[in-house]
Amino acid sequence: MKRVAAIVMLKELRESLRDRRTLLTSLVFGPVFAPLFFVLVLKLTLAHSVAAQDEATPVTIANAAAAPNLVQQLRENGLEVTLRDGTEQEIRAWITGADGLVVLRIPDTFGERFAAGQPAAVMIYADGSNARAEQRSARVNRAVAGYSAMIAALRLQARGVSPTVVRAVVVDHVDVSTPSARATLLLGMLSYVILLVTLLGGLYLAIDATAGERERGSLEALLTVPATREQLIYGKVAAAAIMMILALALVIIWITVALRFVPLETFGMTANFGPGVAVRVFLMTLPFALIGAGLLTVIASFTRSYKEAQSWLGVVMLVPTVPIAIASVLAVQPSATLMLVPSLSQHLLMQGLMRGEPLSPAWVLLSVASSLLLGVLLGWLAGRLYRREAILG
Amino acid sequence: MIRVEGLGRSFGAIRAIDGVGFEARDGRITGLLGPNGAGKSTTLRVLYTVLQPDAGNASVDGIDVVRDPLAARRAIGVLPHSAGIYPQLTARENIAFFGELHGQSGLQLARRVDELIVDLDIVDCADRRAKGFSQGQRIKVALARALVHKPQNLLLDEPSNGLDVMATRALRAQILALRAAGHCVLFSSHVMQEVAALCDDIVIIDHGRVVASGTPAQLLAQFGAPVLEDAFVAAIGDARGLE
Repeated sequence: MKRVAAIVMLKELRESLRDRRTLLTSLVFGPVFAPLFFVLVLKLTLAHSVAAQDEATPVTIANAAAAPNLVQQLRENGLEVTLRDGTEQEIRAWITGADGLVVLRIPDTFGERFAAGQPAAVMIYADGSNARAEQRSARVNRAVAGYSAMIAALRLQARGVSPTVVRAVVVDHVDVSTPSARATLLLGMLSYVILLVTLLGGLYLAIDATAGERERGSLEALLTVPATREQLIYGKVAAAAIMMILALALVIIWITVALRFVPLETFGMTANFGPGVAVRVFLMTLPFALIGAGLLTVIASFTRSYKEAQSWLGVVMLVPTVPIAIASVLAVQPSATLMLVPSLSQHLLMQGLMRGEPLSPAWVLLSVASSLLLGVLLGWLAGRLYRREAILG
Repeated sequence: MIRVEGLGRSFGAIRAIDGVGFEARDGRITGLLGPNGAGKSTTLRVLYTVLQPDAGNASVDGIDVVRDPLAARRAIGVLPHSAGIYPQLTARENIAFFGELHGQSGLQLARRVDELIVDLDIVDCADRRAKGFSQGQRIKVALARALVHKPQNLLLDEPSNGLDVMATRALRAQILALRAAGHCVLFSSHVMQEVAALCDDIVIIDHGRVVASGTPAQLLAQFGAPVLEDAFVAAIGDARGLE
């Protein structure tokens, strides 16, 4: 009984490992390219946010002569000031012609009103639909507001009033997230990547072993060997699970390696994805491979052809991401009940591990047990499906 | 030795076979002859245990195929209608895989596979992957696969389908050799000439029923026909599916 399943499993694996397309999709594209792509996106995002922080904000000031002190103050604030005089129409034309240009126009009346202690207006021109211009104009705005606050404080002092009088409430932001937790926000997508790549690992074998076998016409002969159909299908499910486990191991290794090349520390973040975490992520995700193999085999058993199986399984690949997506939208907190939901429980446990939180053994047990149970159920269902005569097509 | 009695099976409203009965004896070649859709494949599928009959019974060497399908499968070798083989495995591996599933292993299995490769004349392609095999090569591998456990009974569903002249001749030689070795060979065909050239006993099936059976000589006498073709036409009432 066990022997037959093992023979079938080894034969399915041998076939898959010889098929270049299956091999590439299952063990190269998914496990290698997905993490690389992920790391690349992560690096770009980080590089971009650094560039935006460090960039000196350029600003063109029209009629600077009317407010020399303000211009001086902006320069000291790190703004890259260009002086250029023009009318309002001309300013609008400059902005249309240049990407992300921000212009500060000082009206002729500025000095007069300033000296009289009246609110003196300045105008900031920027293209609101341009993200970079928006960022820059906010920065110019803050610099001007800082100058305004400074002058106001001096004026109050000159009149014998403490400047603190006009600051009734002061807000201080306190960021309590640990560096790891901040990284998790970015790395949150990693559990998606791991689960999807795991599924993808067994996808082609599952199709090939069921719909493919029927389409090639070898199924009928297989069903005439002295073994029950359950034994045969268990071998196929086991083969798909092993491919998934291989993909899982590879993707985790690649993630561990690839994350070393992301300078997360420079942003006060740490990626808690050392070898220890990697091994635990692998072990916790193992039962998910059984679910995936059972699920894909069950679906592929229903379909009539390779093509049909392929299009169905494309949709099924998204099923495990549904609980994760819903949980993310609702921002649910991990709980014992959620550990009963396959894919979500793996996601939450992985997140906890990456955040460096201690793992609750009870939760791990619940997750592993519930996933194994579902996997066994799906395998059993695949066996039942194979007992139908309709399986011959 | 294959015995079939009153075998029936419906698919929905269609009565695919309706009371089929015949006997295929050891050391003889029995042909199931009939037009397409007559019920030949359904009969064979019940015999090789992938379909359940809803009436009658069938046995192989005295083993009831419904009551003990696993034992029946050990006693038969099957070449199904769609004799697909695994494209990523070599001819040798394809054959050995079925040997393993029949409980063989090690040196004994390797020897048996070598023997079949020589017997079926697939030495040239034995260690090539089956991906690019011709239809003739595929059928030979599928036949070797069916023979790997030395079954006493052989069930072949339209074995010469898609074969060229040379391949057909090779296949016939194989079938004759199996008869000479005392096996019971049951094969289906809609090709008159093939059945006439090979069979010791002929069972003519039409609309799911046996309309005539016997040795070629008995059939000629029964229908008063000079050649088998006329006997066949007389038996099924017209010349449908005749080649």
